[in-house]
This record gives sequence, C-alpha cells and structure tokens, in this order.
Amino acid sequence: MSDTHAQAAQLAFVRTETIPPAPPPVAEAGIVKWLRENLFSSVGNTLLTLVSLWAIWWVLSATMPWIFNGVWNADSLRECREILDGATGACWAVIRERWTQLLFGVTYPADSYWRPTLAFVLLFVALAPVLFPKAPRNLLPFTAIYPFLAYFLVWGGSVWVPVMAAAGFVVGYLVFQRLVAQSFAMGFFGAIAAALVFWSLSGLVTPTLTAIAPVTLEAVPSRDMGGFMLNLILGTVCVSLSLPIGIALALGRQSDMPIIKWICVIFIEFIRGVPLITLLFVANVVLAYFLPPNSTFDLILRVIIMITMFASAYIAEVVRGGLAALPKGQYEAAAALGLDYPQAMRLIILPQALKISIPGIVNVAVGLFKDTTLVSVIAMFDLVGMIRGPILASTEWNGVYWELFGFAAALFFVVCYGISQYSQWLERQLQTERR
Amino acid sequence: MTEIPQPHPENLTPIDRSHMQVSDEEAIEIVGMNKWFGQFHVLRDIDLTVYRGERIVICGPSGSGKSTLIRCINALEEHQKGKIVVDGTELSSNLRNIDTIRSEVGMVFQHFNLFPHLTILENCTLAPIWVRKTPKKEAEETAMHFLTKVKIPEQAHKYPGQLSGGQQQRVAIARSLCMRPKIMLFDEPTSALDPEMIKEVLDTMIELAEEGMTMLVVTHEMGFARQVANRVIFMDQGQIVEQNEPEAFFGNPQNERTKLFLSQILGH
Ligand SMILES: Nc1ncnc2c1ncn2[C@@H]1O[C@H](COP(=O)(O)OP(=O)(O)O)[C@@H](O)[C@H]1O
Ligand SMILES: [Mg+2]
Repeated sequence: MSDTHAQAAQLAFVRTETIPPAPPPVAEAGIVKWLRENLFSSVGNTLLTLVSLWAIWWVLSATMPWIFNGVWNADSLRECREILDGATGACWAVIRERWTQLLFGVTYPADSYWRPTLAFVLLFVALAPVLFPKAPRNLLPFTAIYPFLAYFLVWGGSVWVPVMAAAGFVVGYLVFQRLVAQSFAMGFFGAIAAALVFWSLSGLVTPTLTAIAPVTLEAVPSRDMGGFMLNLILGTVCVSLSLPIGIALALGRQSDMPIIKWICVIFIEFIRGVPLITLLFVANVVLAYFLPPNSTFDLILRVIIMITMFASAYIAEVVRGGLAALPKGQYEAAAALGLDYPQAMRLIILPQALKISIPGIVNVAVGLFKDTTLVSVIAMFDLVGMIRGPILASTEWNGVYWELFGFAAALFFVVCYGISQYSQWLERQLQTERR
Repeated sequence: MTEIPQPHPENLTPIDRSHMQVSDEEAIEIVGMNKWFGQFHVLRDIDLTVYRGERIVICGPSGSGKSTLIRCINALEEHQKGKIVVDGTELSSNLRNIDTIRSEVGMVFQHFNLFPHLTILENCTLAPIWVRKTPKKEAEETAMHFLTKVKIPEQAHKYPGQLSGGQQQRVAIARSLCMRPKIMLFDEPTSALDPEMIKEVLDTMIELAEEGMTMLVVTHEMGFARQVANRVIFMDQGQIVEQNEPEAFFGNPQNERTKLFLSQILGH
C-alpha cells in the first residue's frame, strides 16, 4: 500500500450519524455586562456617558421642581406667585381654570360641551374597523354614518341637514351603480350630477321635514368653534379627505390620458410650490371676493378645503413614490389574469403601493395635524389661537407662556406620537414578505 | 457542416402522449403582424397559426422579440399592423375584447409575478372571484385542486415570499390554470430558477401538455422542446426564421442562423 493511498483513505470521510441541533450558547448576561459593553467600553465612551448623565441631571433638576411644585389652585398669575412665595413652580392653575376654553374655545355653548366630547369618543368607534383589521366588521356601517353624526353633534341644528347630505351620497352611489356598466366616467359624473341635484332639491324640503319631525340640537355656528376641538376637527376631516384625493391625484398623474395627467401635475406642482399660510389667507380673504355677499360659505369649510388641497398634493407625491416602487410585473400579472383597471388598482397595485407609502403618508398626516395651528394666524381660535389670544391677553393670566405652550405641545405630542406608533404597528402587521 | 449536439431528454420523466392531439381548429391566428417600439421594428411580418392542442416552443437569441411576440397575443403589448385572432376574437383596441381574451389565455412569467401581499390561495382565487364572478368557496376548491396538481397544496396559506423559486413558479402556473384558460403562454418560465428547481417546473408543464393544453413556450430548455413540443420555432431579429417538428428542427436545421444558435446553446 503506497503512502499517498493511505493519506487519501484518511482524508475520505462519510458521515454516519447526523449531529442533533443544539441551542446557541448562552451569552454572558446581566446588567453589569450590558453597562460595561455599551456605556463604559472605552475611555472616550466613559467620558461621553458621564457628560450625558450630567446633562440629563441638569435638565431634570431644572424642570422637575418647576413641574411638580406647580400650583393648581389659583385664579390668576399673581395669586400663583403669592402661593409660591418665591419658590420655583409652574402655575398650572391656568390650565385648570381655562380648561374648557382650551378644549372648546370661548364661545361654544357650555351646556353643549358633551356633544363634541361624545363625537370625539365615537370617533374611535368609527375608526376602529378602518384602522384595525381585527375589529368587528359590522362597525363599518357606523363608520359610514359617523361623519354625518359628528357634524350633527358638533354643529347641531336640524338633524335633516346631515340626513339629506348622507342621502345625497346614497343617491349618487345608486346612480353610479346604474351607469358604471356603460363607462366609468359616465357613472362618475352621473353620480356627481345626481347628488348635486338631490342636494339642491333637498334644500327645499328640509324646512318642511324639520317642521314635521323637529329633531334638533342647539345650532352652533362655525365661528364659535375653538380650542383643541378645532384642531381635531380640521385634522381628522382634512386627513380623511386628503388621503383618497391624494391617491386619485397620484393615479391621475400616471394616467395615459393627457388631460387628466396634466390637470393632476399642475395641481400638485402648484400646491406644493405655495406655502400653506398663503393658502389660508386666500381662504380667509380672497375667496370672499368670489363668493356672493352674505354667502354662508363658512370659514371652517374654506379652511378645510385649503388644508385638504395642500395635504393631498403631498400625499399624491408619496403615493406616486409607492406606485413607482412596484415592479412592472405586478401590473402585467394583474392584466394577464383579465382584471380591469379599477380591479387591478384596488386589489393588486394600491394595497402594495400604500403599504410602501405608509411612513410617508403618516409623515404628511402628522405634519398636517400640527399645521392646523396655523389657522390662529387668520383669526381662528384653535388651541394656539386661544392661548395667544383670549388667555394670554387676559389680565389674570398675562405672562403664563411656559405652562400654556407646554400644555399645547403635550396635547399635540400625545396625538402625533399615537399616530406614529399606530403606523409602525400597521407596517409590522402588513409585513408579508418576511413573515 | 458543423455537428449539432443533440438535446438529451433521457433525464426527463417519460410522457404519456395519449391525450396530446392536435386538432385542426385554430386557437391563435397571426397574419402579417408588425410591431414597433418607437422607431425600432421589433416584430416583422409575423405569420403564425396555432391549432388547438399544439405545444409550440419558441427559441432564439436574446432580444429577438420572443417575449414581445407572446405578449402581443394577450395584448400586454399592442401591435401596430396585421391581425391577431385569439380563440375566434380579434384583438383590437376594444378593451372588452382584450379582457375577454386575457381571461381565456393564461400567462406565466419569467419572474413569477405572484402578488406578494396575498397568500398562495388568495393569489389563485383572486381572478376567478373578480373576473369570472365565481363564488368564493367554489374558487377556493378549484384553487386547491390546481395547487394539489402542482404538488404544493400544503403551502396554500403561506405568502409567496416564503416559497422557493420553483414553488413560486408552480403557484404561478396554478394561478393561471384557475381561470381555466384555453391557451397557456410561458415566457422563459425556468430561466430565473436554480438548476435543481428547473425540473419540478418542467414536470408540471409536461403534465399540462399531457392533458392536451395548447401551449406556447419561450424557453431554452431544448430537452423539453424535443420531448414535448410538436413544433419548434426559431426567431431572430423580429422574424420567424425557421419552424419545424422537433426531430427535423434539431436533426437537420436549414438556416445558418438556426445552426449557429443551436450549436451555441447545446454545445458546451
Ligand atoms: N417596452 C419596450 N420599449 C422599447 N424596446 C423594447 C421594449 N421591450 C422590449 N424592447 C426591445 O425589443 C427587443 C425584443 O425584446 P424581447 O421581445 O424582450 O426579446 P426576447 O424576449 O427575445 O429576449 C429588444 O431589443 C428589446 O430591447
Ligand atoms: Mg424575453
């Protein structure tokens, strides 16, 4: 037997048994190890840790006494100062004393506060089936009537106004169903025309209906809306309107039909090129010139239109990014299976494109919600408007900046952080590729 | 003459030819069809008649217009001149015609193009439910039937991203079959797959051929062509250069370009 042969025989190998899977080795654990590895791994790191700790301590030692030593019971800043008697402390009393003003504004009738509060609570019921796939599906009809119900609760007046408004949508939908078989455009414009005709006719019968069945709440005009309620109204309405409009604009921008494409491009580019605040001034002042004198086209509605246009242009661009990210094969596979354009969009393209767009859409939504405070510039008394106007201007609370703006910031933070957390949860839910 | 190496079908499953009959009924008729991409003349005077039950393999160098040709058949691409009749319906710009034809013609893509946000089962039931208006339950039964046929019923509730390439391509085939198409188009169904997965997809296609499906397959799997096809078409520069029965096509190619192509693709 030669040497090489023996070596080869040694090298040859056949496994006769499978090694059973074993758990990975348990790493050295414990908080001490974590600290050592993450905070004190080197001289530089240790130094940074110490400096950071000092900075945190410095901030906390300055703010904590101020926050927790605050005065909750006082009728004016002067009284606060007397109670504190030179010690550090916030004057939280202003929030307590002006609580309803901060939430509802000055002029909303006090005995009707329950109405917007109820609308706010019901908002969560209405949103649940839209936001959470696991929520009961039979809440969806409630979601559909919620906008009309909320309008009735907040603005009051005759119940027949929102009922007729809702009925107009139903009429439009029925006409759409009838005509869509002929062509989509036919159904779409037919539905709009039918709804408009229905609404103008219903204006005539509403007083009669109200006389027959007087279901009414005390009517509150738009100029009496204020406080954080106004921010919430503008935020929810504008986000929920700008999402579908933004999607439609994004699809229109991709359209093969040049007219539709150019209308969408011009709209998007124009709106994105203009600061929101100018649009709000336009809503406030300029629109009034185009409207008949004494017209009832109310300011909130005008502001809603402007903010919605603004946000939908941004959402359109976000959605366009999502659409562009989809491989062409998805469109082709949908087409090859015989799906028509609306089906392909609704079932294949948009679910994927919107999923990609969630972070961008949420970004726009959060930005929009914070931008609702800009209406304080056009003499609307939203949360910031209330603080800057009636509250800080009052003799009692002149000078309580930190507490009031801190409170406003906290309210906005809670809402925006909530939206952001929700979107991250949703992204995880929709993660099918790597599930 | 250069020696053309021959494809080796031995390592493929033996096939049952009892149902593989070509009828004299026309499934697809293409007459004088031309297509341009802008100024670029991709397809030139294509004439091709496909009879029911035919299995046609189309081969040719990359860029010769094979994909474009079969994509014209279900109107994923629009042709500018000539006539295409599919299953008795002429392809025109009438959208309704196009949707009808698309639901009769199944298509399998190189990159599968499954819908990643839907489960395998939902991928298969979507078109029957929305296009054919099949009740959901029935559509699911059909889908399970075809998933069983392509041998992955146990994956029905997974998402495409969890499957291997070969499995995804078999799902794509099942998804097309759920529409009960009369004609199946395949655009390089195995060229994005790892070697060990090619066979499982080819086996599925062979099974389909055995049942008498009319198939147009763009592929470079010459073993498959020799074994399954009744006609092999060679395309180059947007033209059909040569077509023949596989025996004659591989054994005695006429055109110089065909010979060159075959020696390149078969000789190693
Ligand atoms: N959408 C398109 N626009 C312009 N040129 C295209 C397009 N699709 C394909 N082509 C060109 O047409 C030719 C044929 O393409 P294709 O049918 O994909 O070839 P094959 O499938 O035979 O490789 C190629 O030169 C390709 O670059
Ligand atoms: Mg190709």
